[in-house]
Amino acid sequence: MHGRPRKASKPEEEAASDAKATKLRSLQSQFMANHHDKIYTNEAIELSTKLLEINPEAYTAWNYRKLAVEDRLSRIESDQNLVKSILDEELNVVESALRQNFKSYGAWHHRKWVLSKGHSSIGNELRLLDKFQRLDSRNFHAWNYRRFVVELTNRSEQDELQYTDDMISNNFSNYSAWHNRSVLLSSLLARNADGFIPNKKIPEEYDLIHNAIFTDPDDQSGWFYHLWLLDQTVNVETPLLTSSWPSHGSSIILSGPGYLNGSSSNFTTFCSESDSFPLILYFDQAVGGVSSSTVTIDAELKGNEDLVWEPVSNKNSQISCVWVARLKYFSSKPCEYKVKVRLGNSPGIVSSRGCTFSAPYEFVFTAHVHEIVKDSQEGTVSWTDGFDIWDAQSKDLNPLVILDQLNAEMDVKWREAAILEEVKCFRLLSDSKIGKLSLARLLMAYEAMISDAAVKGIHYEEILQLYNDLMALDSSHYQYYKDAHSLVFLHKVTSSTESLSRHLFRYRDVNNLVCLRLNNLSLSRIASVEKLLFIQMLDLSHNELHSTEGLEAMQLLSCLNLSHNRIRSFSALDSLRHLKQLRVLDVSHNHIGKHSVDTTRYLCASPLSNSEWIQDDVGRQKPGMGTKYWDAYFVLRDLNLKQFNIAGNIIAGDDEFNSFVLQVVPTLVWLDGQKLGS
Amino acid sequence: MSSTSSNQMGQLVADKHVRYILMAEKKKESFESVVMDHLRMNGAYWGLTTLDLLDKLGTVSEDEVVSWIMTCQHESGGFAGNVGHDPHILYTLSAVQILALFDKINILDVGKVSSYVAGLQNKDGSFSGDMWGEIDTRFSYIAICCLSILKTLDKINVEKAVDYIVSCKNLDGGFGCTPGAESHAGQIFCCVGALALTGSLHRVDKDLLGWWLCERQGKSGGLNGRPEKLPDVCYSWWVLSSLIMIDRVHWIDKEKLVKFILDCQDLDNGGISDRPDDAVDIFHTYFGVAGLSLLEYPGVKAIDPAYALPVDVVNRIIFTK
Ligand SMILES: [Zn+2]
Repeated sequence: MHGRPRKASKPEEEAASDAKATKLRSLQSQFMANHHDKIYTNEAIELSTKLLEINPEAYTAWNYRKLAVEDRLSRIESDQNLVKSILDEELNVVESALRQNFKSYGAWHHRKWVLSKGHSSIGNELRLLDKFQRLDSRNFHAWNYRRFVVELTNRSEQDELQYTDDMISNNFSNYSAWHNRSVLLSSLLARNADGFIPNKKIPEEYDLIHNAIFTDPDDQSGWFYHLWLLDQTVNVETPLLTSSWPSHGSSIILSGPGYLNGSSSNFTTFCSESDSFPLILYFDQAVGGVSSSTVTIDAELKGNEDLVWEPVSNKNSQISCVWVARLKYFSSKPCEYKVKVRLGNSPGIVSSRGCTFSAPYEFVFTAHVHEIVKDSQEGTVSWTDGFDIWDAQSKDLNPLVILDQLNAEMDVKWREAAILEEVKCFRLLSDSKIGKLSLARLLMAYEAMISDAAVKGIHYEEILQLYNDLMALDSSHYQYYKDAHSLVFLHKVTSSTESLSRHLFRYRDVNNLVCLRLNNLSLSRIASVEKLLFIQMLDLSHNELHSTEGLEAMQLLSCLNLSHNRIRSFSALDSLRHLKQLRVLDVSHNHIGKHSVDTTRYLCASPLSNSEWIQDDVGRQKPGMGTKYWDAYFVLRDLNLKQFNIAGNIIAGDDEFNSFVLQVVPTLVWLDGQKLGS
Repeated sequence: MSSTSSNQMGQLVADKHVRYILMAEKKKESFESVVMDHLRMNGAYWGLTTLDLLDKLGTVSEDEVVSWIMTCQHESGGFAGNVGHDPHILYTLSAVQILALFDKINILDVGKVSSYVAGLQNKDGSFSGDMWGEIDTRFSYIAICCLSILKTLDKINVEKAVDYIVSCKNLDGGFGCTPGAESHAGQIFCCVGALALTGSLHRVDKDLLGWWLCERQGKSGGLNGRPEKLPDVCYSWWVLSSLIMIDRVHWIDKEKLVKFILDCQDLDNGGISDRPDDAVDIFHTYFGVAGLSLLEYPGVKAIDPAYALPVDVVNRIIFTK
């Protein structure tokens, strides 16, 4: 029982309780008899009143009263006074029920139902609510009811905003009021109501929220409102293109499957069995409507007139940050093509909030088709040697150059000023948790906003230090700060050509694959993927990753090392299903099979989320297998792996699992370092 | 969890909880149970699921339970909270869940129950709780969960149902019971659960919601349901299951939460309360044990965070014909 002390009751209390129980039991059975026999006499109705006074949660009694009201109203023609007195009686019953239990869903809904009958006393409701809300200013039933009455009476949003002002100035520690304020304000801002212009209103709101946070930094009431304001300050509604592969001005080498003779280390070489290569678009927010009519390709490459664009995302979704199309080419004879991609010329690319990608943008790249000199061999990819230092002359780092499109749309000035003002403010609070966290977020937002190369990137060290401090200061949420730390770290690594090239290599043994080595960095999270679209080989071993979320955008990946991480299940590898080029995967020494709780069970497509069924051959022939290893099944089924390492996971301990893997991945040549069939 | 740390923080007195649940069923005459009379179906679900999580479902008479459940069904296909009460979607889900526990879904007229649930969907995709039209995202979850168990999700407009839930998303990443309503951990569980069951979790802002949820953990280790509220064992379930579904559960301190739940046990008479030293009840006993299950406490069966049923029961439903 909520908030009732645990103690043995005294005999006299028990006797009183027994008497109450007997009385309630008898009321209930009399009421049930009336309800079932549809008796709506005054006496019968009075009995239900008594019952609800003692137990407002007895929902059937509220239903009965609605039937009784309808019955009585049907008998009295249109005598307005009588109607009013019948409805007034209901409001009184609700009021006394609410006095008994302020949180009774049944009572609140009964009141709404009565008022929806067109009751004339609706004007009194706000007065009653003021009384209730003074007694319990956080009661969400009362707030919900308030929104209902406001809508019914067409009270203005400005007046309601004033009400939140009053509540907050009375006591800033009122999350409910801040919440309602965010609802009202975003509506007023969205419809450009009189005086509600972001560059004027948002700085005002910052001032208001400061008072709250600075009064008691440990009180959470204002924390989320502040984060929302920050979001309003930095985010633009219209979607923008963040990056692409190939990037503007770049050259790529294409060929059929196999090895090229001394392929240039200056360009990305892409070998394909299907004579096609991916064209990747990465937007700053999820968009829909990317198609051959919204993205036009001018290319000498024949057969690409009606390109099929696919969102790289959850099956159920037709919107995504990442879109990919496959361009065809002929690998039979060497030649060179120029490709021009244009988007934004015709409308159709739309964000989930309904904003259209409108700034026209185009990029050009060159594709060289080379001949292969020998067939691919079935050797294993080693993660220990075969790496050459990155050639600093490489053109592949173009994606790091921020697209001009960013910031062009924004009215940056007031936003920058607002953030700098906030930074100044929160430096004064930097010994508290929320002070440090807000400062870290503000500096991060500021970094994303500045375009001056001379000062860009100078805040990362400070931000990383703030997260280090937070891990020590608030150890319960250690991993939250740790994840944020990883995110900032990856932003830092990808912030300049110089810092990224320290982690870049060429893998000599396979066509000089572009390899990024981020091993042994205690990373718990992947980020900045939009700047890494050109990577073909990725070493993330010896980190603390528990999911591959984000990697789905890296459509060029053919080798991935995730060994010695914290992957707990196959569903945590779900994003790899999108990587059509992936041939080598190492997930050895993780925690797959160790835990009874799977935290990615619902983030992947599966029968559990009604989004995928076991309907193909393996599923039909071996239903038991698909059931036991369903999450492994859905990931492995879509991969064309040649080399797979899974040793050092609990699940890999038995032969049944190994034979399952061989069945689901017929392309496999190497399993856990052993060549199959030898 | 290592055995030394669980020793330090005390143990789950599973046997006492089992006895408490079996006793509570017999104490029909106390004032509390009369007040709770109308939601006996929920109570049965809480008690029986707890027993199953503790691997003691065999101690109750399956036939007795199943035949009582069926006497609560109405002509409409919906179930009431108890014999004689009106049907409501709240109790319909509990009835279906209990039958799933006993692997007895087959005794239902699935078409009829599904029609009752599907008939409560409104034009905007939302769901009413019963014929009287109260709308709440709790009912969206219940409808979707119920029809998922019955494998009849095609009876409703899933796309609209999902859109309605998303329209209840707030600027703190959480969800309320109707558009514009304040975020609340219980409501978040319902919305995240419904989105999980429809493969729509990409519509959740996982980092923002994850931060809000992990900040529900206070100094005591317990979780509250909204900012600046007291911790309560029942939020162990609402908050934890939501954090698990969006893969952010590592953002809280699990050991501290285990300790908080164990501290809320009545070590003498069994049962778990909302806070240490408060009176126990079956609702919090269930949420405490279910919370421990989500925390992988030894000796407690795994529970599914979206279906709110033991994982083996869910797998039986989903992966077998
Ligand atoms: Zn509670």
